[in-house]
Amino acid sequence: MGTKLESGVVGSEEEAGSRAPLLSIRSVAKSFGRNIVLRNISLDVSEGEFLTILGESGSGKTTLLRIIAGFESASAGEVWMGNERLDRQPPYQRRVNTVFQNYALFPHLTVEENVAYGLRVSKRPDAEVLTRVSEALSKVKMSAHAKSKPAKISGGQQQRVALARALVNRPRLLLLDEPLSALDANLRRQMQVELKSLQREVGISFIFVTHDQEEAMVMSDRIALLRSGELEQVATPREIYGRPATAYAAQFIGHTNLLKCEVKDGIARCLPLMWITKVPEGPALFSLRPENIRLATGNVGIVGTVRVRGRVCQQAFHGATELIRVECGNGLVLAVRIAGRDAEAAPMGEIELEFSSSDAVPVRESPDRI
Amino acid sequence: MFSRAYKTAVTLPPLVWVTAFLLMPYLLMFCYSFWSVSASQTIVHSWNLDNYRQLLQVDVYWQTLLRSMWIAARVTIFSLLLGYPLAYFLSFYAGKRKDLLYQFVIIPLWVSYLVRAYAWKTILGSEGVLNTLLQYAHLTRHPLEFLLYSPFAVVLTLTHIYTPFAFLPIYAALEHIPRNLVEASHDLGATPRQTFWKVIFPLSIPGVVAGATFAFVLSLGDFLAPLLLGGPSGIMISNIVVSLFGAAYNWPLGAAISLCMLLLVLGLLFCSERLEKKWSFS
Repeated sequence: MGTKLESGVVGSEEEAGSRAPLLSIRSVAKSFGRNIVLRNISLDVSEGEFLTILGESGSGKTTLLRIIAGFESASAGEVWMGNERLDRQPPYQRRVNTVFQNYALFPHLTVEENVAYGLRVSKRPDAEVLTRVSEALSKVKMSAHAKSKPAKISGGQQQRVALARALVNRPRLLLLDEPLSALDANLRRQMQVELKSLQREVGISFIFVTHDQEEAMVMSDRIALLRSGELEQVATPREIYGRPATAYAAQFIGHTNLLKCEVKDGIARCLPLMWITKVPEGPALFSLRPENIRLATGNVGIVGTVRVRGRVCQQAFHGATELIRVECGNGLVLAVRIAGRDAEAAPMGEIELEFSSSDAVPVRESPDRI
Repeated sequence: MFSRAYKTAVTLPPLVWVTAFLLMPYLLMFCYSFWSVSASQTIVHSWNLDNYRQLLQVDVYWQTLLRSMWIAARVTIFSLLLGYPLAYFLSFYAGKRKDLLYQFVIIPLWVSYLVRAYAWKTILGSEGVLNTLLQYAHLTRHPLEFLLYSPFAVVLTLTHIYTPFAFLPIYAALEHIPRNLVEASHDLGATPRQTFWKVIFPLSIPGVVAGATFAFVLSLGDFLAPLLLGGPSGIMISNIVVSLFGAAYNWPLGAAISLCMLLLVLGLLFCSERLEKKWSFS
């Protein structure tokens, strides 16, 4: 068979891969006894994507990850990778690797042996194992510790070894279960950046589980927000922040003011605020980010700008910005984020605020679930 | 944190106990092993190495010691072969029945040693359960003689009695293995068999060493099972020590043999501790 033909075949497969999703989760549900953990989850992950599953503890995010890895079986639904049905394979046959929450490094093996494990069990030739292991270790900057036992290296270093151990197998998909949660804040920020650039470099799809919304925002191509076992919204960080679909999404990701309004004749009323909207008549909920509200400037009566007077009742200094709470009458209290220097300059008693009505984003109510 | 007086008050009683009932007797035994017995059956307090010389020169002593070690070694191997799979099954696959099954392993320890040894006598004897059954099934014509009063009977009984002692440390070691290591191994493509040999077994070695030590040391010093079931070919070194301290009235020689055994056991404990340390990663 000619090489040209072979490469042609490979090329067409790759093309097909970029069109079809790499991983496809279809209507997956999971319950432990009577306890329903996941309901009707459908989610696609494309080739080379960094997807974060974000949720509070108990939202089912780890369970979803374990279903993909094969440590739990779904009660209903299917998981597909390309045209392979993944959820019927035992975990050791799936081309998926996991970075565990507390790394799960084998304590009796050296760093090097840990990284070589996957290649050794699949009986790769020695020479290949050696080169791939040393490559992987240098990629995560752990070559100097190759002969150490895991107990002798720090948490951040163990983290890197766990990453190398997974990546050395060249999986099509890497699962990361809160891999940074055990690190202190500084190291964590550093690892976020490193992890992100590593993912770009190797081009493997990552599914990253976290409860930290900031981490999710910094790292992800897309965020899948999970709440009580159901997907709340799946979107890019910008979209989910700027256009949250639900009240829960708006509140969980970033800080927001939720305005309960009554829409009548194309006008949303949340006294003393009023603005023109296209939302259908009836009760409606709007999310207004604190940073979208500013101190009013001279010009009055610009179309689409809402103005309101209020009294500052609380002030919290955050360095570059300051979060103030303003009583606007009628029981309405707005959280407003202003630049630190504005806060110093402005008289902090009675103030006038303004925002563009387009920044008030209509959101769905998030119903309580058990 | 605690006052000096309090510390003294709590450490003194056990210290006195150990000195009076452990160290002193050993010291006394040590002295005896260098003394001798006169023709008129009195202990002569003259220091010499005759007893140790006798131990090496008289065949029956060192042969019995070797046979005892060989019996203990077989008991150890069989206890591990029984105890390990049981512990492995209980720890990894028993699920909700784990605690119940664990109790079943422990319960035999509450039954008197003598009862269990006699039970084997009734099973293995020439009119016993096993022989009757074999003859009833026409598998044998005459009672099998080797079943009772033989090293076989001793090994069987000791294995039965000491398997829980081998099981317990192995079970504890297996329970200590974080389950995410097993998951990590599967995740990296290892089959269940590879996972067992590359992760689970190496991490359970401290338990295996401790279990083997228990089984070996306890059966090496055993004298009831060989007394009840061993017959002349199945006697062990402890039976000789018992008779030397009793009917034979040769305390010095008995003390010398005991001291040798003590050294043997201490050496073994030392080695097993080194091994356990080498294989433990906490």
